[in-house]
Formats: sequence, structure tokens, C-alpha cells
Amino acid sequence: MSIAVHASQITKGFGKGAARTMALKGASLDAPLGELQLIVGPSGCGKTTLLSIIAGTLIPDEGTVEVLGEILTTLSQSKVTAFRRRNIGFIFQQFNLIPTLNLIENASVPLLLNGISRHQAERAAEAMLDQVGLSGRGRHYPRQLSGGQQQRVAIARALVHNPRLVICDEPTSALDRETGHQVMDLLKEVARAPDRSVIVVTHDPRVYDFADRIAEMEDGRVLSNQPASHGQPLAMTG
Amino acid sequence: MFHLALKMLVGDRAKFLMLLGGLFFAALLMTQQCAVFFGLLSWTTSHLSNIRSKIWVVEAKVEQVNELKPLRDTDVSRVRSVPGVAWAVPLYVSILQARLADGNFKPILCVGLDSASLVGRPAEILSGRLEDIRLPNSVIVDDLALQRLKTPGGPPPKVGDIFEINDREARIVAICKSDRAFFGYPYVFTTYDQALQFAPRQRKMLSAVLAEPAAGLTAQETVDQINRNVPGMKAWTEEKFHRDTIIWYFKNTGIPISFGVTIILGFIVGIAISGQTFYGFVLENLKNLGALKAMGASNFKLAAMLIAQVMTVGLIGYGLGMGAASLFGALAAERGNPPFFLPWQLVAGVLAVILLICLLAAALAIVKVGRLEAAVVFRG
Repeated sequence: MSIAVHASQITKGFGKGAARTMALKGASLDAPLGELQLIVGPSGCGKTTLLSIIAGTLIPDEGTVEVLGEILTTLSQSKVTAFRRRNIGFIFQQFNLIPTLNLIENASVPLLLNGISRHQAERAAEAMLDQVGLSGRGRHYPRQLSGGQQQRVAIARALVHNPRLVICDEPTSALDRETGHQVMDLLKEVARAPDRSVIVVTHDPRVYDFADRIAEMEDGRVLSNQPASHGQPLAMTG
Repeated sequence: MFHLALKMLVGDRAKFLMLLGGLFFAALLMTQQCAVFFGLLSWTTSHLSNIRSKIWVVEAKVEQVNELKPLRDTDVSRVRSVPGVAWAVPLYVSILQARLADGNFKPILCVGLDSASLVGRPAEILSGRLEDIRLPNSVIVDDLALQRLKTPGGPPPKVGDIFEINDREARIVAICKSDRAFFGYPYVFTTYDQALQFAPRQRKMLSAVLAEPAAGLTAQETVDQINRNVPGMKAWTEEKFHRDTIIWYFKNTGIPISFGVTIILGFIVGIAISGQTFYGFVLENLKNLGALKAMGASNFKLAAMLIAQVMTVGLIGYGLGMGAASLFGALAAERGNPPFFLPWQLVAGVLAVILLICLLAAALAIVKVGRLEAAVVFRG
């Protein structure tokens, strides 16, 4: 089993002096390739902070993070940015589509950031929109779509440059049950590729069934990280 | 990415139009006010541009070209006698009253030229013949005189028409083009001797001596020679007389302050509106910019996008502002002879200022985006 993400003894605090709070207190996580990894836990347990550190958008106070063979904690910020640009796809809770750009333009952003020509990027984006079930809607704008459709665009954007790691932050929390399931189906499909890993932070128990592996967090630590059995984290199955 | 950056900005219509409006207004205000200011300043030196002589020799206390103090006729000879002077001729310039056919009086700027050489003659004759100025009682009037010496309801003056200067008949033998004078009076050219006939008799009648440097000497060298050898008179090169006249108006009138305040106001309005609007646009798009940052957009890339956005609006606003200012100039020109002068230096200068405003507006936003953590997109 190849490891996509190896995070070891991560600590991260916010604020200064007496107001400083520790979001992560030695969290460790291994996420294999070819799996859909859930990170679950109550609000404020440090899920999103851990996800941000794995994505290279936040620098930990201590600990090491290795993603796809690169130790991010030893790289300069510009190299981390370049690494992220090439290797990571992002799906955000609020979709974060740019409202003044049409769907093709939104989905082509990662390719453009990687220096692909506008023409090629838009063709690839259109093809990716087809794959997520939005054929013929490339010239529409995000406001013309439902929440589920917008999240599909976000998925297309996350996958268009063929990243090996897909980071998802609460991808279903803004969606109804059925739409959330459709989105998770898509992500599950994405995670089937053997050289790709999908990490999803969620506190939505409706999506546990889709996980290959579930890490449980509490109070800044990862309590367990095990293959999902019966679609439930171990702590929940008791 | 730049096409997307521009689309992001243009797509936010309200912000885009506000930003465009601010920069348009700033460009218009600065261009229009500067052009009017330069126009007024050019009027102050119209004697120099209309008479065109390399060297002006005037009374020693004269500070600028519009306050010529009378000299004795013999002073021409004193200048001629200076080594380094190729030739020197007399010039008469004074405000006189023209009496029109309807009995109305109008002020004119009477210029008397040396009749032999006609040095200082108008540069462009629109109708009639320059040489006819040597005929008795003859004058050449400028295009402004066509309006100013027109009787109410009557046709504009033409070649052959007659009016009176100081009870003497003046026959128009030609119409010329001239730069407008600061006081708005039309130029009436005649010979020096004829001008002395028109003018009320005084002890001293000579206004200035126009001179030419001898071969091999520069105007400045000849000016130095004259100033060393002719006490009671002061020689100027045309360039220095021009510069010092403008400086005199800067020092002794409120014109520069008045226009300067408006021009600075345009600059401040430009910065305030564009800076605030663009910063507001960036704040509203912080999540999106954070998302781009998370996806791997470097600070440099984002800064370039922001600069491209604001510069594009700046160039459009500049173009519209410059166009509107030019339109104002053209419309004003149709209605008379406005103080409007739009040299290429002003066109370039306003462009530079607008781009500076854009850079300042972008700078705030760039600092904000530079400090933005990509992780902001993961926070609700």
C-alpha cells in the first residue's frame, strides 16, 4: 500500500500569549493512495487545520508532513505553492467558484495556473465538465446552477489538471442528502484511481458509507485511522 | 490568467463602473484644468510667439513681456552699435482704442513693426497681402479681430474695411492668424512709423528693440554683450523672456494656486475613489483570491493580476477622460478662442499620473492579498 500523505506529530497553535489555543496537539495521519480517506470529528477538533497543513496552505509549528513523496515542511513557501499547483486539487465547502466567470473558465483555472494555454485549458475544462455531468453548460455562470451542480463544477476544477491528491473540505455540508450522495459517488469514483488519494474532512455522517478509511479526531489529535467497516468509524460502531 | 482577471473585474459591474468613473473623472479634471492652465500661460507669452525674435531688448526694469516700458527711439542705435548684433529694429506694442463704424470703442493690441524689414510680422496671412502693410494707414488684423471688431448685427471685418485708431483711419489690408493675448484683445499689426501716428504722442514711444545675433554667435552670447554695453536696457533671449514671463505669472498671480488646487483635487479624487473601490473589490473577492492562492497562484501572479485589472481600467478611464477633455477643447474652440493648450507632454504626464494612481490603488490590494493565508478558504 503506497502512502499519499504521511503526517507525523503535527502541532499547530493560533494566537499569542495567554490567548494562544492549540488546534493540533501531535496529530498523525497516514492516507494511502487509491482510497477515499475521511477525517471526522466534532467541531473544533482540528480537522480543517490538519487538512490545511496537509494541503500546504498552513505551516505547522512542529511535526513533518510528507505528501506524494515530498516533505512539505522542509520546502520553501514558493516550492510548496508550486507543488500544490501541480499535485493537489481542492474542493471547498462553499464551492468558491468565481461568480463572474463561466463554468469553463472556472474549471480551467488550475490549468491556466500551470501555464497551459487558454485554448487547451478551456477544452480540457469542457471535457471535465462533461465527465461530471454538466455537458453543454460550460457557458453558464455559477449563479445559474443549483448547489449540487456548483459542487460538480468545483470537482471538475479540482480534477482538471489530474492531481494525485484531492483535498475536500466539507464537500456535502451545503447540499441536500441526495445531491450530497451524488457528489460523494463522484469523489469515490475519483479515488478509485490507484495513484490518487482523496481526503475529505466532514462531520456529515451521511457520507461515512463512501469512505475507504476513516480517521477520527478529537481535541487536536487523531484517535484512530482505520479502514471503514460497515461505513462507520470504529468509535461510532462502539 | 489575465483574461480571467479582467473578466472578474468587469463582471462586477458596479465596482468596475465606479472605478472607471473615478479614473475617468481624475483624468478629465487633471487634463482639462492643466490644458486651460497651459492655455492661459501660453496667452501670457503671445507677444513672443506672435512677434518671434531671437533677442528682445527692453527697459532695464521690465520683468515680463506684457509690461514693456517705453524707451527712447535712439536706444535702437545703442543696441545696433553693440558688437555681436547683426541688426536691430524698433518695435512698438501698446493697447490702443479702436473706434468702430457704429461709434463703439474696442481695445486693441497695436504692434508697430520696422517697415523696411517687417521683423516681427505675422507668421500666417489668412487673406490679403503682407506687403500692403507699408501703404499709408494700413493695418493687418488677426482672426480674433474678426469677432472683436465686428459691429453688432453686422458682418465681420474684411480686407478693405476701415475703422479708426485714435481718430486716424486704419484700413485693413490683410487678416492674419495669431496666438491670443492674455487680455483677450485682438492684435493689429502696422509699421512702426504708422503705429507712432496712431498712438497718443509721448516723450518715449519705443517699446522694445528686436535684435539678431551676428554670425557665429549664439543669442545668449549677444544678449550678454548687449547687457554689458548698454546700460539702462536689458536684453533677453526669447527662451528666457518666455520662461521668466511664466515664472512672473506664477509668482504674482493666484492663477497657479487656483489651478494647482483643482489639479491636486483631481489627483486626490482619483486616488480616493479608485483606491477605495479597488480595495473594496479585493475585499469582496478575498475568498476567491484565497482559493486561487490555495490552488497554487503565487503572490507574484496574484499581484500581476491585480495590477492588470487596475491598469486596464486606468487606461480605459484615461482614454475616456482624455477624449472628454479634448472634446471640451474642441467645443470651446468652436465658440471662440479658449485658453486650451494640450501639448504631448500633458497627454503623457496625465497618463503617468493615472498609472501612478492605479499603482497606488493596487498597492493596498497587493499588500492585503500578499498577507492573505491560502488556508482562509478552509475557514467558514
